[in-house]
Amino acid sequence: MNQTEQESFRNNIQSTELAGDGFLVSLWRNDFPILQATVHGVPLAYLDNAATTQKPLSVIDAENYYYRNNNANVHRGIHALSQRATDAFEAARVKVQHFINAASPNEIVFVRGTTEAINLVAQSYGRSFFKADDEIIVSRMEHHSNIVPWQILCEQTGAVLRVIPVNSSGELEFEAYNRLFNQRTRLVAVTHVSNALGTINPVRAMIDLARIRGVPVLLDGAQAIAHMPVDVQELDCDFYAFSGHKLYGPTGIGVLYAKSALLDIMPPYQGGGDMIRSVSFDGTVYNSIPYKFEAGTPNIAGVIGLGAAVDYLSNIGFDKLIRHEQALLGYATQSVMDIPGVRIIGNALEKTGILSFVLEGVHPHDIGSILDLQGVAIRTGHHCTMPLMKHFGVSATARASFGLYNTKDEVDKLVAAIFHVKEVFGV
Amino acid sequence: MSDLRELYQETILDHYRQPRNFCKPDHANCMASGHNPLCGDQVRLYLQVENGIVCDVGFEGSGCAISTASASLMTEVIKGKSKAQALDLLNSFQDMVTGRAPADGMGKLAALAGVREFPQRVKCATLAWHTMKAALEDAHEAVTTE
Repeated sequence: MNQTEQESFRNNIQSTELAGDGFLVSLWRNDFPILQATVHGVPLAYLDNAATTQKPLSVIDAENYYYRNNNANVHRGIHALSQRATDAFEAARVKVQHFINAASPNEIVFVRGTTEAINLVAQSYGRSFFKADDEIIVSRMEHHSNIVPWQILCEQTGAVLRVIPVNSSGELEFEAYNRLFNQRTRLVAVTHVSNALGTINPVRAMIDLARIRGVPVLLDGAQAIAHMPVDVQELDCDFYAFSGHKLYGPTGIGVLYAKSALLDIMPPYQGGGDMIRSVSFDGTVYNSIPYKFEAGTPNIAGVIGLGAAVDYLSNIGFDKLIRHEQALLGYATQSVMDIPGVRIIGNALEKTGILSFVLEGVHPHDIGSILDLQGVAIRTGHHCTMPLMKHFGVSATARASFGLYNTKDEVDKLVAAIFHVKEVFGV
Repeated sequence: MSDLRELYQETILDHYRQPRNFCKPDHANCMASGHNPLCGDQVRLYLQVENGIVCDVGFEGSGCAISTASASLMTEVIKGKSKAQALDLLNSFQDMVTGRAPADGMGKLAALAGVREFPQRVKCATLAWHTMKAALEDAHEAVTTE
């Protein structure tokens, strides 16, 4: 092939790939019944996926099927339904294990969500092993749910928080992180991806630094889990927390991954049924992991729905999903940046599909209301990251966040809606 | 879209861009802070109350168009009113923005009647008013909308 032919070949491949992605996205969209909805009489453009994602039919059907056909309590009935429910419940645990490449299903603890997972680690691991003046490293970009559980623990134990600063692009200052370590450092608890900015943190390198010093690491994976492959063994993190509802699964179900050696030495978080082996008034013997941490009847339907969500994402494949979401982020960033008066908050080199912005002369809350009337659903506010907002000198931002089913057409609607905000406010 | 124009009337945008009484009066003797944790709106309200009459009033803070305009309009309306009249207005205003009562007789406050179509924005509209009540009652705790 001569050079012109090569170029034309490459262009053809590119356009084929783009057309292919558009076709794939239209197929994916068909899996989500709610995307057909209208709000205020106009089609919905759902751009609030960092808050929660919509659910594919397979997830809705999995819960529905369970309640219609298999509903029973798990791990305790002798009858057929209980066995079916238990099998489905434990099969989902194995799906989650494979999804994040945990070494064993025993390392998958089902909890209500990321928040509960972090609280579990704080109250079980932290409260047992931390003492006064011990130090916990968090970052300035943490969601409140990766700050407040540690503050509570600090009040209980006298431990103190050390905070990794953030630069003006919204990236962690790696050198400053390195300098925070000392003899009293007991844990690093950082977010994998920032919910307010989309920044993907260099967690692999951060874990390496902590590992050298023998400090365990907890990753808040709430915003990462649906947007990139997560391999907990490759990362070598000690704890990984995420929520089902951010990866196209149900609300009220989440996962704490922890290395089995840690789960073994951690005391129970809550007492109750299923977490015990035997109870007498002389003493109680706890169940083995992970059941030691799963007191009470669990969210069985939620776990089964989460299993279906994991299947759904695995079938799509992260390679296709990342290509689409990154292309969409690039397109949206360029389009929104070109609007006069807009400032994008968070310009990290490595980002997931989150676009936080402010508009000169208009409060984000007003942007949110006006966009909503045009069918464009975004989040406005501090995104439960008040220290980060303070860092950027804003009280709130408007945040569009993309999922696998979002399209360029929806980005165009977002942009048109922002222009409408400018028109209403005369800015 | 007509709801939108109803919400963001010219009066609202005018008071948002140029809030009235946006200052701390020299002789203020009552003060309260208000905070809407949902959107980060903050207002500090200062009142000068003499013999049960609101002689002067001013506010500082930052917020969305609805909360800022509402605070600005409120300061205009309650100046010269008795404490009892100011608190009565709070009740009428709340009834108007929640759709329990019409905007008739609300004067310039009627500009905020469009809020009734936006239940998520009622807290923005009433923040300054709750803060005013706290200031008149000399509460020392910051008011929140939650």
